[in-house]
This record gives sequence, structure tokens and C-alpha cells, in this order.
Amino acid sequence: MDISLETAARITSFIAALVLITSFAMLAQKRIYGLIHLFAWQGLFLALNTAVVGYIADKHHLFISSLLTLGLKVFLLPYILYVLIKRLNIRKDVETIVNMPTTMLIGIGLVIFSYHLTAPVRELSTLMTRSTLTIALATVMIGLLMMITRRNAVTQIIGFLAMENGLFFTATSATYGMPLVVELGVALDVLIAAFIFGIFFFHISTTFDSLDVGQMARLKEDEMNE
Amino acid sequence: MNFDPINIALSSVLILLGTALIAPLFRKNQKFMITFSFILAAIASLLAVAAGVVTVEGALVEKMVLPIGLPDLPFHLRLDALAGFFLTVVGLLSLFVSIFSIGYVKGFLGHRSVTSLVIFYCLFIAGMLSVVLADDALCFLVSWEIMAGASYFLVIFENEKADNRKAALLYLVVAHIGAIAILLAFGILAGIASGGSFSGYTFDAMRQANIPPHWATAAFALSFFGFSAKAGVIPLHAWLPEAHPAAPSNVSALMSGVMLKTAIYGIVRITFDIIHVFPWWWGAIVLTLGLISTVMGVLYALMQHDLKRLLAYHSVENIGIILIGIGLSMIFISFKLPLLAALGLLAGLYHTMNHAIFKGLLFMGAGAVLHATGERNMEEMGGLIHKMPWTAAMFLVGCLSISALPPFNGFVSEWLTFQAFLLSPSLPNNLMKLLIPLGAAILALSGALAAACFVKAFGVTFLGHWRGHHKPHHLHEVDWTMRSGMLLAGLTCLGLGVLPTMFINWIDNIAQQLVGSTLSLSATQYGWMWLTPISYERASYSGFIVFIGILVVVAATYLLLHVKPGAIRRSAIWDCGFEKLTNRMQYNATSFAQPIRRIFGFLFSIRERVEQVPHAGHKAFPKKLHYYLSVRDRIWKWLYKPVIEASFWISRQAGRLQQGHIQTYLIYSFITILVLLLFLR
Repeated sequence: MDISLETAARITSFIAALVLITSFAMLAQKRIYGLIHLFAWQGLFLALNTAVVGYIADKHHLFISSLLTLGLKVFLLPYILYVLIKRLNIRKDVETIVNMPTTMLIGIGLVIFSYHLTAPVRELSTLMTRSTLTIALATVMIGLLMMITRRNAVTQIIGFLAMENGLFFTATSATYGMPLVVELGVALDVLIAAFIFGIFFFHISTTFDSLDVGQMARLKEDEMNE
Repeated sequence: MNFDPINIALSSVLILLGTALIAPLFRKNQKFMITFSFILAAIASLLAVAAGVVTVEGALVEKMVLPIGLPDLPFHLRLDALAGFFLTVVGLLSLFVSIFSIGYVKGFLGHRSVTSLVIFYCLFIAGMLSVVLADDALCFLVSWEIMAGASYFLVIFENEKADNRKAALLYLVVAHIGAIAILLAFGILAGIASGGSFSGYTFDAMRQANIPPHWATAAFALSFFGFSAKAGVIPLHAWLPEAHPAAPSNVSALMSGVMLKTAIYGIVRITFDIIHVFPWWWGAIVLTLGLISTVMGVLYALMQHDLKRLLAYHSVENIGIILIGIGLSMIFISFKLPLLAALGLLAGLYHTMNHAIFKGLLFMGAGAVLHATGERNMEEMGGLIHKMPWTAAMFLVGCLSISALPPFNGFVSEWLTFQAFLLSPSLPNNLMKLLIPLGAAILALSGALAAACFVKAFGVTFLGHWRGHHKPHHLHEVDWTMRSGMLLAGLTCLGLGVLPTMFINWIDNIAQQLVGSTLSLSATQYGWMWLTPISYERASYSGFIVFIGILVVVAATYLLLHVKPGAIRRSAIWDCGFEKLTNRMQYNATSFAQPIRRIFGFLFSIRERVEQVPHAGHKAFPKKLHYYLSVRDRIWKWLYKPVIEASFWISRQAGRLQQGHIQTYLIYSFITILVLLLFLR
């Protein structure tokens, strides 16, 4: 099967759009299980995109990273988070600091900003994935936005992982992926991070009786309280 | 192994470092450790003296590169006449103080372990010696920090007192602010000297570099600020009267006597040697600050009743006198008057040597008093001359020297400084012709005030009767090691005062190397007995003849009083019929300084309060009077307090950034990323 670069660019753009939609859906999602599902979907689109890029650009190591993404981000991490929520008996709805519509508007602002940022790159780049770079960058920023606006530690972690997805996406679209060694390392890091978070959650919830990170402000030394 | 002076100096440093390493092995047997380490320190100091004397004598310039330091940036050592001179100063006082310390440090036995004192004492001297030997910025700063760090641990030795900890912290902060300024100054010089590589960090490269005038000025300002902080030039003197009393007395002797001098060395090294071409107003700044330090230092000293604090303020004064000599020399050199420049420089260096010896002697004396009475407050002493005749005699020698009275050494150097002042009318600038001689008047005033201050210090401590509340039972003279340490210093004071021509002949090579002119031709043209700085017609002084004259007068008086029996009669003090005279009714330190406190009161913030305890309910018959007096440095309130408060304010404002919410911190990084992306697009 031989597809032209034109078609390939369309396919990747389409997948990128799906990734962006899942990002926004995550911003809007009020249920914690729904959030995990959306995260898994995002991982799936990412894996798909990587596989397509790998096939068209003839970079075979991208298949391995695609498989890794599939295993790690679609199945393993959501499963770990799922178990964690169940074990720690966490409230099932997402608590936010800024309300949903405002968050969505900021998110749209970020997408426009990243279009503005990547404009020079899109003009210079010759890669077929160049148009997806914008969306990849937007995904990173939306992940960070999610970390800022969420109150619960679990949702913050999902924000962090979404940000990591965005970085991975950026790497694929900007340079056809990082060398395999680096990607293996990153995948391992994410996995270990997930374990460390699990341990942290456990300690936070036993110490503060909740996973509200606002509680951690109590750790700060304050002359007012003395 | 050859016996070049630089090898001897290096071995001296190595012996000290080795002693610091070995000493802890003997910590079980403290007495042996003290004797062993201080004898080794004395030997090392003697080696340093030998190396220094030979170097200055022969006007040698020796260099050496050590294979230690950073990769590709080895340590450079260099021994020239200036370094040799300071090596001698440091070594000579360290020798006396090390001998003194054998007895003095044993006074701590039974109270505390002295291991840390011994270790840091050796490191401290090693640091001072290597500062002088260093010939690149790296080695200089490393040695400088060894010196500062070791002396911090020495100041904090008696760490159970909160005051000592506070004093040590203040010292550390000031020392490091100064060190940063010095580092920046070297950074400027090295940056210009190397031009892209790292090769400019040696002093040799800096000497050869062509430094633009504004950069030279910046380097001078920074380095002078840094060295002034170390030397205790007003207004950077605040740490000095706190740290010196806190440290053990042998350490105070070294800190005041020679550590402050390393700062003088730094100033001379950077201005005369490394930058070597400078406008006249640099000298004017040094001269002005020197004059202010001189007069303010002695006035503050007069207000003190803590013996060691008083001596510490006198160090401020004497550093001022040294800076006057150096400042005058800088002015003369920038107007191309090398002979006068040599006179000013040598006056400053002569006073450097003198101050090291007599201030060391005075601190050793104060240490001996502290050792015997356990007391630093002069108001609680008196009449010690009967119990401690040796200490009293040696302290008197120190007092006479620091008050610039002949035949002792302080007179010669201050007299030379006056000569430099009085020759300033030969300057081509009319304004300075008029203004600089006024400085001589200030110097004369502070000389007189210093004399008054030491009449007070000696009189209140050693004369009269015991004034304190509780007289200690076993007042005793100190042991022979302490006595011999003081005796050696006292004899050196006398020697330097009686034979100034020999000393001038010896240090003349420094002037030859730094300002390109010598003084010895004119100064010693009338033989070793007459010191004639410029010409015989202008001024001359013979220490030897004055000494003989004073000796004759003293001997004659003694004979007149003791030959005839009954000429001296001992009886009770006449009490004007009051009958209830007590020892508390003597002149004390506060009352002695009262007139001067009235005259110069506007310079201090003085709080005086008198409280009466009425007798049987009637005011006319007070039972008791309480007199409270607090004299404080105004500079503390004007200069230091605003700085401290400002730094606290800034810290509080910066602390507001830390809310403790993770989200807030995330927003900080998010906004940072966005802004950076926007700007670096």
C-alpha cells in the first residue's frame, strides 16, 4: 500500500484533531472515571499517530514506541489510577479552582497562542507532520493548565500525564520522534513516576484525610500561625 | 632541598598545616597537645620571620608554581620585598603569641576541650602567611577564606555565650561581604588581563595588562571596600569591637595585630603593585578615611570600660594611622614625587610593624589580666601592679608605644607620618597644600586622645586599689611562658624605637621596588644614631639619645628617692575627714572619660540616668545612688540598621511569593514558559 504525503498529512491532522478534542474533553470532564477514560483514549490516538508517522516516514523504531505508548498509556497507567482511586476511596467528581467555562476559554486562548508561536516553524519545516506541531504544543499547555486548575491530586497527575503525552506528540511531529533509547527512558520514567505518585497519594491521604493539595499549604511555615 | 627564602616560607606554612592535622591525635592528652602544637607554631613562625628578613634585606624576587589548584590553574607563589615584610610582621607576632599561648591556653583546661582552638590557631596563621605569599587571584582568595574561616571558629570558641555567637556571625557576614567585593575586583582585573582565556588570574598578567582608567577605578573601589571591611576602617568597623573581645586573648592579639594587616597588604599590593598608575584622588579617599578612622576610633575607645573592647577600637585608630601614611604616599606618587612617596609608604609600613607588635603586646597583657582575674571590665579591677608586676610593666610598655611616646616604636612611625604631612606643601595643587596639613592637626589630636585613653586603661587596671565588688582570692602573676611572650614583644617595641635607622635601612627595599625611590640615603646620612627623613636641617630624631636621656632621668629619680631612707612613706589615704572611704570611691574608667564624653558627646548616642534610693523617706539623705550610662555608636543606627532592616524587608516581600499552594507555583512556571516562548519566538 502506497499513500501519498498529501494523504498522510491529512490522516495525521485528523488524528491530531482527535487528540486536541480529547484534551478539551478532559478539561470539561466532571467525573474522575471519565477523565481516566479520556486519558486512555488520548493515549490510543497518540499510539495510532505514531504508528502512522512511522509507517509513512519509514522509521521502524517508531512502531516500538507506538506499542509502548499503547501498553503504557492506554492500559497500564489508567489501570493503576483506577485501582488507586478505588483503594483510597477518593471522591468521584473533579473539584476545580476555576470554573469549567473559563478554563475552556483559557484553553482556546492557549491553542491560538500556540498557532501564533509555531507559525514560523510551519513555514520553514518540510515534514508532513508540521501542521500537527501546533496541536502538540497546545496539548502540553492544556495539560499544564489542568494541573493548575484542579484541586485533587489525582486529577493533577492526570494533567501531568496529559502534558507528557503532549511532549511525546511534539517530539513525533517536530522530528519524527526521538531516538529509541530516549523514548524507552522516558517511558520508564513515566512508569516510575506513576508508582511514586501512588505512594505519595497514599501518604497524603493518610496525613491530611483528603487528596486536596490545598491542604498542603499547611506544611508551610508561617509567622502568622505561630 | 635548597634554602631559598620562598622554600623556607613554604615549609613554614606546611609545618602549620601539618600541626593542624596532627594535633587532634593528641586530644586525649590536652596538656601535651598544647605544648607540642604551640612550640611547632613558634618554630614555623620563626622560619617565616627568617624568610621574610632575608627577602627584604636582599630585595629578592622569587617565584614558584605549585602543582595544586584547579586543573590548568595552578597556584602561583611570589616572594618580593613587600611580601617578605608582611611575612616578617605576621611571623614575628605569631612567634611571640605562640610562646604566650602555651601558658594562656592551659587556662582553659578543665573547662573545655581546646582541640579546636589549637587546630584553627594553626590554620589561621597558615592562612595569613599564604595570603602574603599568593601571586594569583585564586590562591589569594583561597588563603583569604582559610584565614577568615579559621578566625570565625576562633571567635566562636567560647560558644556558650550568646554574645560571642552573635559577634562571630557579624564577623562572618562582614568578612564575606568584603570577600565578595575583593573577588569582583580581581574579576575585573583578571577579565581585562586575560582577554578571553583564563590566563589573567595571575598577578603577573594583571601587572602587565593595560587597564582602562574607569575599570581601574572600579577595581580599586571594590578592593578598597573589601579590604576596609577586613581592616575595620570606619564605617565598616562594626564587627571589630564585637569580635575581638569574644575571641580568646591570644587570638585577639593575632587578629588585631596581624590579621588586620593582611588587609593593608592587600591595599598596597593592588594599588602600588598591580594597578600602579592612578589619579591623585584615590590617595585622597584613603587619606580621608584614614583620618576619620583615626579620630573616631580613639574617641570610641575612650568610652569603653571593657579592656579588650577598648583595645579593639584602638585597632581602628591605628589602621587609620597606617592608611594616612599610605594615602599620603599615593597622593605623592600620583604627583611624581617619589622621595616623599617613599617617606609616606615607609611611615605606613613602619606603623604596620609597630602596631602589630604593641597591639599584640597589649592584647597579651589583657589576656594575662583576664587569665588572672577572670575579668574584662576595668571597673572591676585595680591595683594589679602589686600582684602582677611583670604584666603591669609590659602593659605599660605597650601603652607608651601606642600613645606614641619616645623612646618606644609608636613615636617613630607617627613622627614619620607627621613629616610626610608637613612636606605636603611641595604638592603642585593649591587646595591640597592648604587642606592636607589640617590632617596633621587631626592626627595630633588623636595622638593626645590615645595617650589619655591609655592613662585611663593602665591607671584604672593596674593602679589604685581593687575597685571591684568581689576581689578574687588567688590573684597571681602569670607563668613564665606568658611572661616571656610579653617580654619579647616589649623588647621588640623598644628596639624598633631606639634603632629606627636600621629598620628604615631594612625596609627601604620595599620603597625601591614599589615607588622607585629610596629613603635610606637621606634618612641615614648622619649615621645610625640620627634619623633624618629628608634632610638634617628639616627634622631629625635620635631614638638612642632620647632613650639614654630617659634612662638617666629615671635612674636619677630612683636613686634620689631610695638612697635616703624615709623619703618614701606608706600610710593610709587622706580622706578629708570623711572617715568612710571605700575602694569604690576611686577614680574609675567612666569618671576619667567624663570630660571627653562631654566635649565629643554629639558623636555618640549617650543615655545617662541617675536614680536615688532615699533614706528613711527623705530626699535630702539618699541612701544609694545608681548611675546608668550607655554609649552607643551612632554609625550602627545610621548605617547598619537601615541595611539590616532593608534586607529583612526584601526577604519578607520575597517570602510572599511562597504561598504554599502547588497551583500557585505551577502558575509561576506556566507564566514563565509562556513569556519566554513569546519573547524567544
